[in-house]
Amino acid sequence: MTPVPSASSASAAPSASAATSAHHTDSASSAASAPPAIRCRALTKRYKDVLAVDGLDLDVPSGECFGLLGPNGAGKTTTVEMIEGLVAPDSGTVEILGLHWGRDAIALRERLGVALQETRLAERLKVIEVIRLFRSFYRAGHDPEEILDLVELREKRDTWVDKLSGGQKQRLAIACALVGNPDVLFLDEPTTGLDPQSRRALWDVVEEFKSRGGTVVLTTHYMEEAERLCERVAVMDHGRIIALGSPRELIASLGADHVVEFALGSGAEPLPEAELVALPGVESARRDGPRYTLTVTEPHRAIPALMGELERHGGEMTELLTHHATLEDLFLSLTGRHLRDT
Amino acid sequence: MMNYLLPLKELTLARFREQLRQPEVLFWVFAFPLLLAVALGLAFRNRPPDVIHVAVESGPRAEALVADLKAAGGFAASVLSPEVASEELRTGQVALVVVPGDSLVYRYDPTRSESRLARIATDDALQQALGRRNPRATADHIVTERGARYIDFLIPGLLGLNLMSTGMWGLGYAVVDARRRKLMKRLLASPMRRSQYLLSFIAARLVILAPEVIVLLGFAALAFGVPVRGSILSLAVVVVLGAMCFAGLGLLTASRAQTVEAVSGLMNLVMLPMWVLSGVFFSSAKFPAAMQPFIRVLPLTALNDALRGIMLQGASLASLAAPIGICVVWGSVSFAVALRTFRWI
Ligand SMILES: Nc1ncnc2c1ncn2[C@@H]1O[C@H](COP(=O)(O)OP(=O)(O)OP(=O)(O)O)[C@@H](O)[C@H]1O
Ligand SMILES: [Mg+2]
Repeated sequence: MTPVPSASSASAAPSASAATSAHHTDSASSAASAPPAIRCRALTKRYKDVLAVDGLDLDVPSGECFGLLGPNGAGKTTTVEMIEGLVAPDSGTVEILGLHWGRDAIALRERLGVALQETRLAERLKVIEVIRLFRSFYRAGHDPEEILDLVELREKRDTWVDKLSGGQKQRLAIACALVGNPDVLFLDEPTTGLDPQSRRALWDVVEEFKSRGGTVVLTTHYMEEAERLCERVAVMDHGRIIALGSPRELIASLGADHVVEFALGSGAEPLPEAELVALPGVESARRDGPRYTLTVTEPHRAIPALMGELERHGGEMTELLTHHATLEDLFLSLTGRHLRDT
Repeated sequence: MMNYLLPLKELTLARFREQLRQPEVLFWVFAFPLLLAVALGLAFRNRPPDVIHVAVESGPRAEALVADLKAAGGFAASVLSPEVASEELRTGQVALVVVPGDSLVYRYDPTRSESRLARIATDDALQQALGRRNPRATADHIVTERGARYIDFLIPGLLGLNLMSTGMWGLGYAVVDARRRKLMKRLLASPMRRSQYLLSFIAARLVILAPEVIVLLGFAALAFGVPVRGSILSLAVVVVLGAMCFAGLGLLTASRAQTVEAVSGLMNLVMLPMWVLSGVFFSSAKFPAAMQPFIRVLPLTALNDALRGIMLQGASLASLAAPIGICVVWGSVSFAVALRTFRWI
């Protein structure tokens, strides 16, 4: 049986130090001259009995879109807000664009764009008034009318904020983050609760920002989002990074590209995991009650073999699902838990 | 300089727009004090002098006594049987019963002030009619002057009350609301300065202040003829100082609260004693002497004293140094403490 990558092996393979420069040649070359967009060392934050962030190291090269993934309470927001200078770390250092919060706070604020996980902007202001308000804080930046077009809120220009839909409010929050023409953009769960269409519209905005050389730090629960937008992803759990690398690398660390999930009908004898791993093309197997998850290199060989095995074993298959391995599968294999607990 | 003022202007505009777009704010700031002024003005309007109701028990010369009283003027008198007269005295329809005879007997309840008045007035009128000689001639000079009526007392008090509630609620509620929505946190993530944020509240307060004061005082002048005897400039100075003083107190009350409920409780705790003690609806002199030093130093008492001094007595700013000083101290101390304790995130 191929061992499921544990926390230690994950950080050994695509580790923090290797991942800053190894696979991303364009940013690696610029990283040599310019300071990294973000560098954190041993960041720690404790809330009473919760260790929200536990000695976190992070490097994000300039021009990268970096994703923070993890279940509720993993410490993503706390991490991001410490980097944004909104939450004071108990210990550790943060350096952004070569600047520090203690010395260069005002200069830094000019260069960051922030969308918090949850902000309810002034209800009774019009969309354009809110954008203009935020524009007034920055020395340089975009024309509020242009930003309106960028986030596709032109039609809502003169609508009160409290009359906007959830997705439109999120887009307004991003408009406020973009209007000062930031070098680094922080988006804390920008698409949570949005329908697929609004989500894709937001992705377009982020990609447009990236295409102009901006650095992005994004937290999300959505794997597709991280896979689509991020060059690198850190998977967080209990305040630590348990895996770090490009989405491809991380999925590859599962040892197989595909995932086969199936369930047996009630009353069936459990299938031993060892027997499943012995099947051709199967890399690992995990059982959770009547449900089985296999990571598989060659589904066209593994699935017929699985069917044959079931025939011999005797038992009814009630479900069969196969898909490309995702970060969700990685998280499951790292922690034994699903990213989004339902 | 422009870099500092532009965000301040935008923040103030935002704050101002938010207020104008909230009908309930407009009601409490503009309509409520007017309604209060009208209601209290009607309830305590100055009535023509009351007629004194007197019963004369039937008996010898009863009719003559009634005629004497009617001739004296200001009395409504009639002859009644002793039973009916007693009944009417008991139910308050008459203030006094006169029992005719060689010596006149007055029956009344001395704890009713109208009865005591009736006793004096009736005796005076009857003795006069029976031929009393006054040792010295007297003359009455009737005065009902603007500035001495209840409404004149009330309007400056209502103005002070309004400055207090608008200042405290306006700032306190908005600050806590922004904190709760994390709007404050979001603003802090931008290059906005904290001082710009706080100053925008002061600026927006000053913008609303002018119409607020003009509406109330204009209405009082037109509807009730309430005067402003002192200089408009002095009045403006006191109004602005008062508004700033309560803006400071509002900021202090809201400096740490995280929920609207918490701040509401605190606000009421601060404001309620002043509603009662600070001489808004009736003079604070009615409270026991032992409480006076405490009442005097309350900011609303000081503001009301200064407003009344200017509006009713035409006092100068210099002569109001004490109450103005109290407002300034309250305002600056609360601002200073609020800035130190303010919870930004
Ligand atoms: N202000 C706070 N006071 C006390 N505990 C806090 C505070 N903020 C966060 N925590 C705790 O710290 C831990 C990490 O929280 P954080 O908000 O960083 O998680 P998250 O990864 O962003 O979660 P989510 O996906 O739900 O947004 C949680 O256990 C949370 O309860
Ligand atoms: Mg979060």
